[in-house]
Amino acid sequence: MSLTAWIILGGALATYLSRIGGHLVLSRFERIHPRVEAGLNAVPAAVLTTLVAPAATTGGPAEWAALVVAGLVALRGGLSAMFIAGAVVLILLRNTL
Amino acid sequence: MSAAEMVEPDAGGSGEFFDGMRRGLPVVLASAPFGLLFGALAVQNGMTIGEAILMSATVFAGASQMVGLELFGQTIAPWLIILSIFAVNFRHVLYSAALGRRTEHWSPAQRAFGFFFLTDPQYALAERRGETGKRVGFAWYMGMATPIYLCWVAEGGIGAAFGNLVPDPHALGLDFLLPIYFLGLVMDFRKRPLWLPVVMISAVVSVFAYYFVGSPWHVSIGAAAGVALAAILTPSDAGRAQP
Repeated sequence: MSLTAWIILGGALATYLSRIGGHLVLSRFERIHPRVEAGLNAVPAAVLTTLVAPAATTGGPAEWAALVVAGLVALRGGLSAMFIAGAVVLILLRNTL
Repeated sequence: MSAAEMVEPDAGGSGEFFDGMRRGLPVVLASAPFGLLFGALAVQNGMTIGEAILMSATVFAGASQMVGLELFGQTIAPWLIILSIFAVNFRHVLYSAALGRRTEHWSPAQRAFGFFFLTDPQYALAERRGETGKRVGFAWYMGMATPIYLCWVAEGGIGAAFGNLVPDPHALGLDFLLPIYFLGLVMDFRKRPLWLPVVMISAVVSVFAYYFVGSPWHVSIGAAAGVALAAILTPSDAGRAQP
């Protein structure tokens, strides 16, 4: 089996633990400390931001315009609408600039 | 809860299953582009079609699969990739804790099996059903999960089969679609408390870490800064005012 497949299975195990673990561990406590809960609440936005910001600094005008337009569309529309808007801007600018 | 259970007639297993399936269909449609995109980007990043299908079938979590792809492309220690996947999926811990209270009538085996399918929409719809006083039955839950899961795996395979046929990935923007997608997920969380300060500090710290520490540490360092800020800005007695 390839190393890639092993990493995938490791990621699968980690994902399953996150899905069953909250029930197994947190359900034993009556209540979670507010600071722990606030920290857990912040995890997805914090992690995902780190995948956008450095990538944005390596881009040029086409990439920046795509992110700005997609971000603005996201204020009104859903994930699909913002994604399509950003992709369209990116493709248009990359092929014209 | 018990009163609601007595009023709500326990529909037959197959009736509940099909009711769940109906709830799952919009999710199938909304996630289809991302299932296909994952497959296409997976082969662009050097995975085989089989590996793309394996990842969709065993991880079954869109955002973290994309994160995995992003990191596979670089030369990064395997445990760091797995840790990053775990970090993106860490929110499931909260879903799982909340849903555990709605599924106390499930057997342990049903929970061990059913919680594998606990995606964001699966949690949201199950929680909504529970809030309206209806029973979150195992048949209903799996009725919703089954089409979502099968389509997700199939889309990964179809996207991978066609991903190799793309002639000029740069012109189609394939290398920059992931940051746009991740920005969308970041924006999806904007109703959460402390969202803006968390995003701002994670952005600034991750950029600094990217240039002065190096990839992939910018992910862990930037995320840790945001999580720490959220914990610091929250008063330790925040929960007690509203029992």
